[in-house]
Amino acid sequence: MSEFAIYVAIAIVKIVVLVVLLLTGVAYTVWLERKLVGHIQNRWGPTRVGPFGLLQPLADGLKLIFKEDLVPPHVYRPLYILAPMLSLALALTSISVIPFGNSITIAGRAIPLQITDVNIGLLVILGVTSIGVYGVALSGWSSNSKYSLLGGLRASAQMVSYEVALGLSLVGVLILSGTFSLRGIVEAQAGGVLHWNIFGGFQFVAFFIYLCAAFAETNRTPFDLPEAETELVAGYHTEYSSMKYAMFMMAEYANMITVGCLASLLFLGGWSGPVPAFLPAWAQALMPVFWFSLRIFLFLCLYIWVRGTLPRFRYDQLMAFGWKVLLPLALANIVVTSLVVGLRA
Amino acid sequence: MQQLLFFLFAAICVAGAINLLAQRHPISSALSLIVVMGSLAVIYLLLGAEFVAAIQLIVYAGAIMVLFVFVIMLLNAGEEERTPGSRVAWLFGYPAVAILAGLLTWVFLHGGRQVAGAVPLGGPLAASAGSLESAADAGTAVNIGRLLFHDFLLPFEVTSVLVLIAIMGAVVLARRGEE
Repeated sequence: MSEFAIYVAIAIVKIVVLVVLLLTGVAYTVWLERKLVGHIQNRWGPTRVGPFGLLQPLADGLKLIFKEDLVPPHVYRPLYILAPMLSLALALTSISVIPFGNSITIAGRAIPLQITDVNIGLLVILGVTSIGVYGVALSGWSSNSKYSLLGGLRASAQMVSYEVALGLSLVGVLILSGTFSLRGIVEAQAGGVLHWNIFGGFQFVAFFIYLCAAFAETNRTPFDLPEAETELVAGYHTEYSSMKYAMFMMAEYANMITVGCLASLLFLGGWSGPVPAFLPAWAQALMPVFWFSLRIFLFLCLYIWVRGTLPRFRYDQLMAFGWKVLLPLALANIVVTSLVVGLRA
Repeated sequence: MQQLLFFLFAAICVAGAINLLAQRHPISSALSLIVVMGSLAVIYLLLGAEFVAAIQLIVYAGAIMVLFVFVIMLLNAGEEERTPGSRVAWLFGYPAVAILAGLLTWVFLHGGRQVAGAVPLGGPLAASAGSLESAADAGTAVNIGRLLFHDFLLPFEVTSVLVLIAIMGAVVLARRGEE
């Protein structure tokens, strides 16, 4: 096989493995959420299908596939069908630049645990997530129903507003590491917990801003105004059923996982962690992936914990919080960080 | 391969632009504009300007066009009527387009290649700045940063003040209704 064919084959295998893992992760995040929220509210959550309800995602998936795929007669069809596809495709795309660990060696060939390493990796993720708004906005508009439209409007206003704070909160990290490459940012934090950007770089303010903005970007409680069920029925996906509805949900959970990946890469030292020397070589090679997944898991638990505890914001509070609190804080963080870096140099 | 991609995305870009004019519904027009922006980003990428490509995607397709779509959705704009064009368009518009197209064709065919052909984006900037190793990595964020904040600092700052004035003007205009 030629070098090019091998390269393409490796890339395809990586993409397939990662997408399958991501979708499984999405399914089990739903399970985790139902379990954890259940326990927070003194319930058991799913217990019937399989041990601890572990097969529940499978049952849910089957149910959604076999449901009737209703298309209301008054919708604008092309966009109505395009919107969920757009949401899911973009949510899955952003995983492609995320590194999961160092490279592993198979048959004398070093394979980096990342689909592609571009030197503007962070910008690619920001770009893809900023396009992701269209899925929500267009579904709201094309459904031709007032609840959907209100949900879509809220979503686009909210996502555009919080994207500013989100982008600015990352600038401090970029100043400290001096690169857009996610691998480079992780390597700049090497050397233990105290070198992580959140502690060693004093980026905890930025981390807080990132957390709030990321919750808003993924439409999760306390910022789930676009699908506030008490006022908007189900918001932008009111008119969707069956797999189209499931695609929106999959996109939401995939985005949560991406946000968790990004938080661990930028603030929490990526995949760094102790690798015990007594383990066999293959296990040592996979330890970074384990540490990385652990961080994502804890991040998802935080998401669910917040959902279980906090009430929803009012819409004007949401906008005021984004523009009058998070944005000035992020700007102040940039000024202070660059002053410190400049004085140190 | 590069040339193939270029022609592919150039065709998509032009098709999107024509569709933007031909569509009667504002949302469809806005979406075609997004397609145009996206394919422009790909063309930047092909020219080696990856930073500009990412910014194109984030700022134009991701922020500005979202606001366009937002406003169209908010106003719930319906389909436009097709009008037979004004007399001014017949008198000046069409001849002007024809002359411009002819002029551009002539420039491209007669030695205009050095001016507008396969020049890497940022190449002219790099040549005028003279501080870069090669024109090939003119597109990286480091070099663009150096050009913006070092070599072209004054124009950059003047532009930012201009944008600030525009923002303040918008706020003043929006506030007037409240009093």
